[in-house]
Amino acid sequence: MGISVEGANKCFGDFQALDDVSIEVPDGSLTALLGPSGSGKSTLLRAIAGLETLDAGRVLIDGEDVSRTPTQKREVGFVFQHYAAFKHMTVYENVGFGLKIRKWKKDKIRARVDELLNLVQLPGLADRYPSQLSGGQRQRMALARALAVQPQVLLLDEPFGALDAKVRKDLRTWLRNLHEEMNVTTIFVTHDQEEAMDVAGQLVVMNQGRVEQSGSADDLYEKPANEFVMSFVGEVNRLGDNFVRPHDIEIVRDRDDSTEEAMVQRIVALGFEIRVELVLGDGTEVWAQLTRGELQRLELQEGQIAYLRPVQAKSFNGAPPSDTSGASTPQGSADGGDAEVSAAV
Amino acid sequence: MNRSTSSRWGLRVLGLGYIAVLLIAPLILLFYKTFEEGLAPPFEAITSGDGLHALKLTLLTVAIAVPLNTIFGVICSLLLVRHKWKGNWLIDAVINLPFAISPVVIGLSLFLLYGRNGWFEPGLAEDGIKVLFSTPGIVLACIFVSVPFVVRETVPVLQEIGTEQEQAAETLGANGWQIFWRVTLPAIRWGVAYGVVLCTARVLGEFGAVSVVSGNISGETQTLPLFVEKNYENFNLPGAFGAAVLLALLALVVLMAMNLLKREEAA
Repeated sequence: MGISVEGANKCFGDFQALDDVSIEVPDGSLTALLGPSGSGKSTLLRAIAGLETLDAGRVLIDGEDVSRTPTQKREVGFVFQHYAAFKHMTVYENVGFGLKIRKWKKDKIRARVDELLNLVQLPGLADRYPSQLSGGQRQRMALARALAVQPQVLLLDEPFGALDAKVRKDLRTWLRNLHEEMNVTTIFVTHDQEEAMDVAGQLVVMNQGRVEQSGSADDLYEKPANEFVMSFVGEVNRLGDNFVRPHDIEIVRDRDDSTEEAMVQRIVALGFEIRVELVLGDGTEVWAQLTRGELQRLELQEGQIAYLRPVQAKSFNGAPPSDTSGASTPQGSADGGDAEVSAAV
Repeated sequence: MNRSTSSRWGLRVLGLGYIAVLLIAPLILLFYKTFEEGLAPPFEAITSGDGLHALKLTLLTVAIAVPLNTIFGVICSLLLVRHKWKGNWLIDAVINLPFAISPVVIGLSLFLLYGRNGWFEPGLAEDGIKVLFSTPGIVLACIFVSVPFVVRETVPVLQEIGTEQEQAAETLGANGWQIFWRVTLPAIRWGVAYGVVLCTARVLGEFGAVSVVSGNISGETQTLPLFVEKNYENFNLPGAFGAAVLLALLALVVLMAMNLLKREEAA
């Protein structure tokens, strides 16, 4: 079931959480809403679920306008960052809650709950209470609870936000596999670009209540529509009006027309990756990402003068993204703004 | 023994001593005095017609006032916490009034409302309903003084559980009524239970407001606390002490119920 949101607006007092937001989520896809906190991504997700009412705009699920449909009739599965487990119920009762509401027969509920607990890899924990589970287990229980009622769409609000790094990574992989198996249209909210790129096929980058860009991870990384997207989906250096990724800065020993002189300030070894921090003549600080081999070949030392050459730089005509409000929403590639400049520092 | 443990023991002795002198000693003395001449005198005094009637009236008052205040208290807490509204501070302040105002004043204000030439008196008189100097007046007074307990105990629990569980239930297809019974109420049940216990204790022991509106007629409008006072004034000490002990025992049962609830909640 595809989801689309058209011209969504939402204010909380003076704060504009959503500012004319439109998105398209294709049937069966796994889409990430990515953005910093306060960018409106959670509000948008909650609006799709009906947990927030929009001031203006429409939400369509499977082509049908559900803007006036109350949450309990929208048939969405929703997973909260802090699990929202029913603390007074066992795992079994939690997962079976939606089925009990739908007046399923006891033996059918038993069968369905068992099936789901196997799916989320929690068999044998049916009689535990949520307080007896780890964070990761609780979140998987919450997912099973949401999936039990066979929702049309699955909405996850920072589902791994409260978990530690190791568990997050495991659950990421697991969620991707689960999505492939179930094929339910899924939207998940995150502020972690790595997580978004790892899990989702399609990303929607939000900032200050607006959609900055949407597309695949490659689209966003290779063809960012503006400075915000470029710096949000990866590391970036600013050189005048140009933006360069640290791995797109080449360091050479000899100067020529295309290079700029810089002093090596610090060399940080982060395992395979080497981070070289440099200062340009005008005081601009940049850093370059090198491999261990490159560093050895260059024989770089801290305090030494080197020459750097941006291999691939982008310019967005100097306009910061927040000033582009009049322009149409940048969807997909943005051919207008980003002239690719090579070595034009 | 180092200094910190000795000061800790000092504080413990001080605290326990305070409680012993001010709370425990009078109660022990009361029990001692009551049963000084055996079980018979106080028992007879309580099982006399008036004593038994006072006990029944007190329990009846509890049976009416506590459920009403519980239902009202839960609804009121939901309004205060879940439906943010500009006038909430006013409701919040008004609910605390019975804590702040002396029960005698509450009794007097009920007197002005329902008494001769009171606001509500004409209508009620036409229908032949007698409020003052009868059971309805006593119940009203007790409701008034014990309104805040359930609200005060429920509001913080409601705030603490937040709205996520309710929203989760909503996404799973539950309607407002189902959410309340299956999610909200079970989540706040200990808070409500504390409120009920405190409310019950207060209604059992209410004296001031009831004494103004009831007329204190033996065998008719006399609750247990009033019975104690009247017997004491008439130098019928076995009756006064017997009823006092009965009240204290009822209160102890209520407090024990509260402690059991606490243990249950911790488990």
